[in-house]
Amino acid sequence: MRHVELKDGADLDGFRRALRGLVALGADPDGVVWSGGAAPSLFGTAPGTGTAPLPAPLPVDAPPVPLPRPVGALIESVVCHRDPERYGLLHRLVCRVVRGERDILDHHADPLVHRLALLDKAVRRDLHKMHAFLRFREVRDPANSEDRGGERYVAWFEPDNFIVEATAPFFVERFESLVWTILTPVGSLHWDRRSLTVGPAALRPEGLDRDDRFAEGWQRYYESTFNPARVNPTAMRAEMPRKYWANLPEAAAIPGMIRGAPARVQAMIEAEAAAPRRRNPDKAVAAMARQEPATLAELNRIIRAADPLVPGATQAVLGEGPEGAAIAIVGEQPGDHEDVEGRPFVGPAGQLLSRALEEAGIERDAAYLTNAVKHFKFVARGKRRLHQSPTAGEVKHYRWWLMKELGFVRPRLVVTLGATAALALSGRSVSVLRERGPMGFGDWEGFVTVHPSYLLRLPAGEGAEQAYRDFVADLRRARGMVEWAG
Amino acid sequence: MDDALLDKLEILADAAKYDASCASSGAKRRTGGPDGIGSTTGAGICHAYTPDGRCVSLLKILLTNYCLFDCAYCINRRSSNVRRARFSVEEVVQLTLGFYKRNCIEGLFLSSGIIRSPDHTMEQLMLVARTLRRDHGFAGYIHLKTIPEASPWLIEQAGLWADRLSINLELSSDRSLKEFAPEKDGSSIKAVMGQVGERILEAKEEKRRFSPAGQSTQMIVGADASTDLSVLETSDTLYRRYGLRRVYYSAFSPIPEASSALPAKPPPLQRENRLYQADWLLRYYGFTVDEIAAGGEGGMLDLGIDPKLAWALKNRERFPVDVNSADREMLLRVPGLGARAVDKIVEARRHTTLRLEDVARLSSGLKRARAFLIAADHHPGGLTDRADLRQRLVAPPKQLSLF
Repeated sequence: MRHVELKDGADLDGFRRALRGLVALGADPDGVVWSGGAAPSLFGTAPGTGTAPLPAPLPVDAPPVPLPRPVGALIESVVCHRDPERYGLLHRLVCRVVRGERDILDHHADPLVHRLALLDKAVRRDLHKMHAFLRFREVRDPANSEDRGGERYVAWFEPDNFIVEATAPFFVERFESLVWTILTPVGSLHWDRRSLTVGPAALRPEGLDRDDRFAEGWQRYYESTFNPARVNPTAMRAEMPRKYWANLPEAAAIPGMIRGAPARVQAMIEAEAAAPRRRNPDKAVAAMARQEPATLAELNRIIRAADPLVPGATQAVLGEGPEGAAIAIVGEQPGDHEDVEGRPFVGPAGQLLSRALEEAGIERDAAYLTNAVKHFKFVARGKRRLHQSPTAGEVKHYRWWLMKELGFVRPRLVVTLGATAALALSGRSVSVLRERGPMGFGDWEGFVTVHPSYLLRLPAGEGAEQAYRDFVADLRRARGMVEWAG
Repeated sequence: MDDALLDKLEILADAAKYDASCASSGAKRRTGGPDGIGSTTGAGICHAYTPDGRCVSLLKILLTNYCLFDCAYCINRRSSNVRRARFSVEEVVQLTLGFYKRNCIEGLFLSSGIIRSPDHTMEQLMLVARTLRRDHGFAGYIHLKTIPEASPWLIEQAGLWADRLSINLELSSDRSLKEFAPEKDGSSIKAVMGQVGERILEAKEEKRRFSPAGQSTQMIVGADASTDLSVLETSDTLYRRYGLRRVYYSAFSPIPEASSALPAKPPPLQRENRLYQADWLLRYYGFTVDEIAAGGEGGMLDLGIDPKLAWALKNRERFPVDVNSADREMLLRVPGLGARAVDKIVEARRHTTLRLEDVARLSSGLKRARAFLIAADHHPGGLTDRADLRQRLVAPPKQLSLF
């Protein structure tokens, strides 16, 4: 018989070392007795005292055993189990893998695989319950006030298995910005906002029941959220067995809640429907229906107060121009300059638009200028703010406002500049160069043309000049459609 | 936290508890990092269970239970005499953070009575979510109820901060809605569901966040005369057309200050349970609404047995099926076999021929399954077709133990 001595608890490193040695020697799992810590073996023949020759010591530098990833994960989980047979079972599993059963874990009906699956499930459930039922108490420690005014949290929990270290990643991720300590009978954890210390087993700390108004509030909440008409303690205990109640402050109320439930329900059923004490708030109900913005100014107040629905933007850029303008011109979104000044079409593209409007005989101040998206979407690259086109979904976030806005302005013609504006008005993706010209936008007469920023991006030359002349021609045509200025 | 706040918490938790659509809090992994607080882990966590057997995962409260609406089934309707209270945005934020830091909750489930106007109410809900996310780096779960009567742009904003949005349909037919909830409008509820569903899909494609954990709804069962068939047809439509993640069923529960429009009788808990089972069959087991309904009578599910067994008993010519050769779809229809057991069976039988004891290790429902299964060493023989099979499979009638 070979004895392998491991540390108390979940000794993953020790098990891994021993396993490498055992595999290197080709040891038979039936000939290995595993023990953890100082626990004496029941059939306690101390090594060397028996008649059998002492097995050769395990090699200390045996090579790693290559295992399929799911087997490795199973080992990491099962070593946390309290079952003293766990190491032996895992050794058996590894031997079969090494002998060629690489996909052994797919044999769900195999007795060994089934048994290990149950252990694994128990460990995972234990982990889950510790994540769920552990409660922190705040312990103010003004003497030792680090930052956050000495805010510190302490918890006491009693897990079934050796899972304390395995729960650490969850608590560190969730409460990285807090200072906390978790104490259990099988080990402890301390997090100081920078590093984790794994400590020894602990005793239940005194004074955890000290005043914590939030703990009191939690109990009140727990009692209030319970519906006495559905009382079903069996279902509760299936998920939250009694053994956890001692460390759950809210559980103290459970017996009283169950006892009192029938009477509460009876009272509800017997109570006659009472006549409402309150008068009918007719005025308020009527007022409720009048929440729609009634003017363009009201709508603009709403837009200005709202957060950007695209990343970037320092402020909303509202439409500009007279209500009742014959032509509304809709661009894509404000750019860098517009975002700074808070006005539409004031950057290079806006200046080009002004020039083109003038050449087409449209007075800029008489038209209504706005954008499909009211905020500047950009990414910062050093000091530069790089324009990002809004996605179709983002255009839709803003579409409600655009439609309301046009509803107040009531233009005879809506000219869209570029693909984004055409998408916002038509609800489909439009190929601007192919489809430029008149287009119906539901309730609105429309006209599709390019965005002036497209003209700015064209390499200087005959092509760019022609594109500009086409743009002016489009605008002139649009003007013709509303018989601008007679 | 002072006494006044504790009192408000009690009132506004009590007022929120009839909403069952809070069970889930699973969201893609995310953490608040060294400056924020909180995480989501993929699956949600139930931090406690109350003696009604329900999971406490989120701080479920109303911003206020003052309400201008007068929905007969609701304890907070304007004509009810309940105690009223109102939180400020900051109070909800502080309560959420305080409970979260003590590991009591996964996050917040926030709803509200309608005060001043639907827009004002929706804006306040959105402000709570925004404050938590932006000012406190809160990375826990946030579920917001959307107010369907609010302006659409507020919904667009809420989705940027929340993990899940939900709108409760409450009643499965427009007619019942008109009768019991005069201020509500079935078509505006569906319009918002459509808007939210579309935005969620677009955001997913564009790799942006918009209500990333989807949308859900709740229907009250037993308050009106709707049949199970009509409830399930509604659910089926919601799943297909609006891409809902979950439909929750809530057995109508007697409430204090009940309206005289509703009968005060104990809740049909078993009916709620059967609807959940049927919902599962709809989503994961390849059943159609008509097949499920055919297992019962007159559009109502059989309360005595689960809907899969009910279907199998009425379609015995399809059984027994061979656990070693039947395809996955048919195995899923075997009473007692869950989807995970079926997947294990399909994987395991590639390596070995399954006997009955093997199946016993893969499924805990063998008692019901054996009458419908053939294994290497097992054939149910005439058992499948026995007239008393139902009696043999159903344990002596067990009342839902209440006390």
